[in-house]
Amino acid sequence: MEVVLAFTIGGLVTGAVYMLLSRNLLRLLFGVIILSNAVNLSIFLAGGLDYGVPPLIQGADKVLEGTYANPLPQALILTAIVIGFSLLAFALVLVYRGWQDMGTIDGDALRVAEPVETTPALEAAARARKHGRETA
Amino acid sequence: MSWLVAAPILVPLSTAALCALAWRSIPAQRGISLAGAVALLLCAIGLLAQVAGGVQVMQMGGWKAPFGITLVADTLTAIMVLVTAIMAVAVAAYSLGDIDPVRERNGFHPVFHALLVGVGGAFVTGDLFNMYVWFEAMLISSFVLLALGGTKEQLDGAIKYAALNLIATAALLLAVVLLYGLTGTLNMAELARLVPQVQNQGTVTTVAVLFIIAFGMKAAVFPLFFWLPASYHTPAVAVQAIFAGLLTKVGVYALLRTFTLIFVGDTGWTHGGILLWIAGFTLVAGALGSLATKDLRKALSWQVVAHIGYMVMGLALYTPLAIAGVVFYLVHDIVVKTNLFLGAGVARRLSGSSRYEGMGGLFRSAPILALVMFVPLGSLAGFPPLSGFWSKLVLVQAGLAAQSWWIVAAALVTALLTMMLAGRIWAEVVWKAHPAGDLAGLGGFSPGRRVALVAPLVALSLVTVTIGVWPEPVMDLAGRAALGLLDPAPYIEAVLGAPAPQPTMVGELPVTPAAPGQGGAP
Repeated sequence: MEVVLAFTIGGLVTGAVYMLLSRNLLRLLFGVIILSNAVNLSIFLAGGLDYGVPPLIQGADKVLEGTYANPLPQALILTAIVIGFSLLAFALVLVYRGWQDMGTIDGDALRVAEPVETTPALEAAARARKHGRETA
Repeated sequence: MSWLVAAPILVPLSTAALCALAWRSIPAQRGISLAGAVALLLCAIGLLAQVAGGVQVMQMGGWKAPFGITLVADTLTAIMVLVTAIMAVAVAAYSLGDIDPVRERNGFHPVFHALLVGVGGAFVTGDLFNMYVWFEAMLISSFVLLALGGTKEQLDGAIKYAALNLIATAALLLAVVLLYGLTGTLNMAELARLVPQVQNQGTVTTVAVLFIIAFGMKAAVFPLFFWLPASYHTPAVAVQAIFAGLLTKVGVYALLRTFTLIFVGDTGWTHGGILLWIAGFTLVAGALGSLATKDLRKALSWQVVAHIGYMVMGLALYTPLAIAGVVFYLVHDIVVKTNLFLGAGVARRLSGSSRYEGMGGLFRSAPILALVMFVPLGSLAGFPPLSGFWSKLVLVQAGLAAQSWWIVAAALVTALLTMMLAGRIWAEVVWKAHPAGDLAGLGGFSPGRRVALVAPLVALSLVTVTIGVWPEPVMDLAGRAALGLLDPAPYIEAVLGAPAPQPTMVGELPVTPAAPGQGGAP
């Protein structure tokens, strides 16, 4: 079971990286979703797997007896899911607002905050190239 | 045990809650915000005084470590909390004169304090998963502050900031749980005990590198810093200042904590290898980037990156002097960066632009302001006797002592490039005549606004000058913090109680995934 889960996580990360490399911001966000799910699964795996032994305290007992599933990873995953969900919700709204205001979800086209800097030398070079093309 | 340890979380949290309750009354929010920041400052001073008597520990909910969440404050934590509190007061005061009504109505004050909750929590927590949670608390607040106002420029910056930080978050979480899988605990003090006992030290080193990537992304080191110059110049000035002063330094703090407490098994590779290279490239890349732009705010953003390099360099050298230098540098840099961004905000307000071609004439129109701004600018470049000189001196000394010649060269070249930038900023912003003729100067502001905008600048410049002229107390504190980091035994003992007798079955201790029922902290 560990091996199956390990390969599943590997597959998810592969897919996530593929999506993250996209210029399309929505795909990038989907990549982040897949990546955070892969990480959540690996929490599960790192905590150790057990079958059919819920961490429940029976009847009059005060502590857990015998074998039981490690409850801590479940608490960690729950925390991570909640945090990941809120961050992603915010990021989705942010990209939507970006699309409304700037009309694009292409990462390369977002140059509002970082306009291309030019220098006199660069401008002269561009002019020279243009001039060269025209004379040719 | 002292409740002051929880103050860096509780005070800003209460302030944020009170501000949110007073949602409709902006004047009330302003008062609460400033009062909350001052209260945090008082608590921080109290905490620093208490820490002189030993490491302060608080077990949350009475659950003893390693089962519950522990809050710990040693000298380093107390210093960081104190500097954070000073910045909180300065920026809260500045924001009274700077933040526009729209941003105020949309909740600037509560979110600002929510950000401080995350910063304070990351400083005092003694639990690795808990640290991840505080990082996220900080991140979500910073998303909101960055996008607050909603200009196109801000949305653009916020999208890039959000995307890259979400990936860093995933990396951090993965690193934390892999370490949990190796040791079965999340308590940092217990990790310090258990990590050396893990049989497969290669895995530990791999996890350590993942931590470098995760915290390095938060700290904006080379080559993971691209989100910073893309976004830091876009939000309101008060937000820029608190981001530049604090956020990346929390990443540095986390690196400093984990790489002196937990990952010290393979320092030749993690410190002397990866971190040292990262430091060198961060230094030079940041300094060159700051010279390549013609916008004051962007140049300062790049400088944030460059000076992270100095701190990582100190950590990478990993000698008592170098670590003391890092702590000194953290104090100096937080004050100077916040001050510079605040000053750039006033300069922009006066001249109507933040690009060099639209700035100038500050020497004629606001000579006092120019003089006050010279202090952080000079300190950034390392002019003696300002604080930047001493902090660089200590780090360079440590580098020479460790015979790491090329990192010393990188540090000195970066200082030189920074001096070039300081000269350029001085020429373009202060000396050059403003293209539109004479400016109105500070007299153009209403008296209240003038005080709110200039008082924090003067106060922070005074701090820089004081540290510069009288570095002894800060150096002494930094030295004590460094000792506490390099000899973690008192820290571990304070958290876990007296050291347990040496385990007899070393080979059988948790080398496999955590056994069921072994606790860390949720």
